[in-house]
Amino acid sequence: MTVGTSGSTDSEGRGADGDPAASPGGGGRQSLRDRLNRWDVRYSPYLYIAPFFVIFAIVGLFPLLYTSYVSLFDWSLVADDPVFIGLDNYVALMGDARFWQAMVNTISIFILSTAPQLAMALLFAVLLDAHLRARTLFRVGLLLPYVASLVALGIIFGNLFNSEYGLINGLLGLVGIDPINWHSDRFASHVAIASMVNWRWAGYNALIILAAMQAIPRDLYEAATVDGAGRWRRFVSVTLPMLRPTMIFVVITATVGGLQIFTEPKLFAVVPGSNNGGSTGQFQTVTLFMYQQGFENFDLGYASATAWVLFLVIVIFALINFWLTRRISSTEGPR
Amino acid sequence: MSVLSAPKPARRRRGQDPGSIIGKPGFLTYGLLIAFILGSAFPLYWSFLVASRDSSFTAEQLPPMWPGGNFFANAARVFDTAPFWLALGNSFLVGAIVTVSVVFFGTLAGYAFAKLQFRGNNALFAFVIATLLVPTQLGVIPMFMAMAELEMAGELVAVILPNLVTALGVFWMRQYLIAAVPTELLEAARVDGCSMIRTFWHVVLPAARPAAAILALFTFMTSWNDFLWPLVVLDPSNPTIQLALEQLQSGYSVDYSLVLAGTTLATLPILFIFIVLGKQIVSGIMQGAVKG
Repeated sequence: MTVGTSGSTDSEGRGADGDPAASPGGGGRQSLRDRLNRWDVRYSPYLYIAPFFVIFAIVGLFPLLYTSYVSLFDWSLVADDPVFIGLDNYVALMGDARFWQAMVNTISIFILSTAPQLAMALLFAVLLDAHLRARTLFRVGLLLPYVASLVALGIIFGNLFNSEYGLINGLLGLVGIDPINWHSDRFASHVAIASMVNWRWAGYNALIILAAMQAIPRDLYEAATVDGAGRWRRFVSVTLPMLRPTMIFVVITATVGGLQIFTEPKLFAVVPGSNNGGSTGQFQTVTLFMYQQGFENFDLGYASATAWVLFLVIVIFALINFWLTRRISSTEGPR
Repeated sequence: MSVLSAPKPARRRRGQDPGSIIGKPGFLTYGLLIAFILGSAFPLYWSFLVASRDSSFTAEQLPPMWPGGNFFANAARVFDTAPFWLALGNSFLVGAIVTVSVVFFGTLAGYAFAKLQFRGNNALFAFVIATLLVPTQLGVIPMFMAMAELEMAGELVAVILPNLVTALGVFWMRQYLIAAVPTELLEAARVDGCSMIRTFWHVVLPAARPAAAILALFTFMTSWNDFLWPLVVLDPSNPTIQLALEQLQSGYSVDYSLVLAGTTLATLPILFIFIVLGKQIVSGIMQGAVKG
């Protein structure tokens, strides 16, 4: 606040001194200029941030609220008149075995992807923090998976995990493991889909964590070493607490993204274009279920109810993870 | 460092570098990293491998790991099977408009939050951060209804409109501009009678260039790779590149040489940008990422 006001008075005062051409004669013009200048300083910032808020209101807030409105209707994409049915969509959803299966699938894939992804990201950030040769090459390499498109990845991993002639089963065969049915076995399909997520995001997160790690003052490590702390001790007592804000950021974004997973399970289906998530829905996620209800069955009300329930689940998970991350990387943690 | 601290290095164990956790990197460090890089590159290489051979390739479980000579033939088939040129053009157009807009408005808002003082600055910025938590994918149904109402469904403008400015862009530019633009410089411009927007144009925008370049690349990549929303709102006859890829694998038996030739073609432009600018991208992340 103070900088702004002092800045504006400064510019008014010195503006008059420094610009003599404007001062003679036009006292009225001068004050108009002053006033314009003051308005400029006071209101321009709002103008600059306005585009974000306007667009967010249209494409973020409105959909969120309108989704809750639509969810109270029997609202078909093909029929004309939506019928108000109150909470019936939610009641039906709670009794929909297919929805619950999708929810369990989503959480299962989410856990299988987030935990290894963050563990790997931390490990590689630590490795890259050392004084490496060719470290730019390593850092650039980490970002390579992020470049590939999700659709391409879905297709490529679908091919690699093909149960009959996929490379993964071929390699497993070399070490004497029987072929795994990656598409039809429920847990195996979750592992396969999670591997796509892990593959894509571990390196990206490693770079984000590494950036924060390099901002840690080096004498903290020196002091810890002098005090006789080993690697593990330095990591737990120095690095993790210093990384806390970044870890919270990474965990929360991974949570919000991971629970909305859509492209990977959709492209993983053996039958192209299917929204079923496998023959018995064994890897259908909630977002895929929502898409199917909305744009395959044209039941917009039901799909909107699904969206809202998923939104609540995401908020709950984000809060749990926020709390966990704070606890785990806190210096005051339980010993 | 004063004389007093001079004996300190002698107390270090040999070969230990206390400047990091693991100290001096050994074979294990390099081995793990190299394995990871190879793993990162492999699926992309694999897709080129399949794309460069004929369809019989997919019947072998452990095929040879070197490329064949059919890539151009398969690529030509891609352009025959799906409207790939149209899709490439659409994706470039959408990506270009979205990128310019996100960078411009992101820098504008980021500058306001970083350097300008106004009532509600902190609260509004906290709100911007909070919007990162709103799952945009869940809004596709009302968004689709709105676009249909506005008769924009099927048009590229429906893909462009929702992405014109992002919270991440605002956040990113703010983090960078806090340190990159000296407040004295802004005050000097104001003393010289520069209006706010001229100050932005002539002082802030040039200073923002390095971070803006990174943001531009990431925005373009995200736009290029977007799938769900174009899938919902666009028509199969007027696809983006990702929709065209999905079209390639329709039909009962998937022709992997064809499909993976398509994925390779769709990845090449981004891969090219990345190889040319990878070093800058990474150093940009290292500078701008969330540091606290």
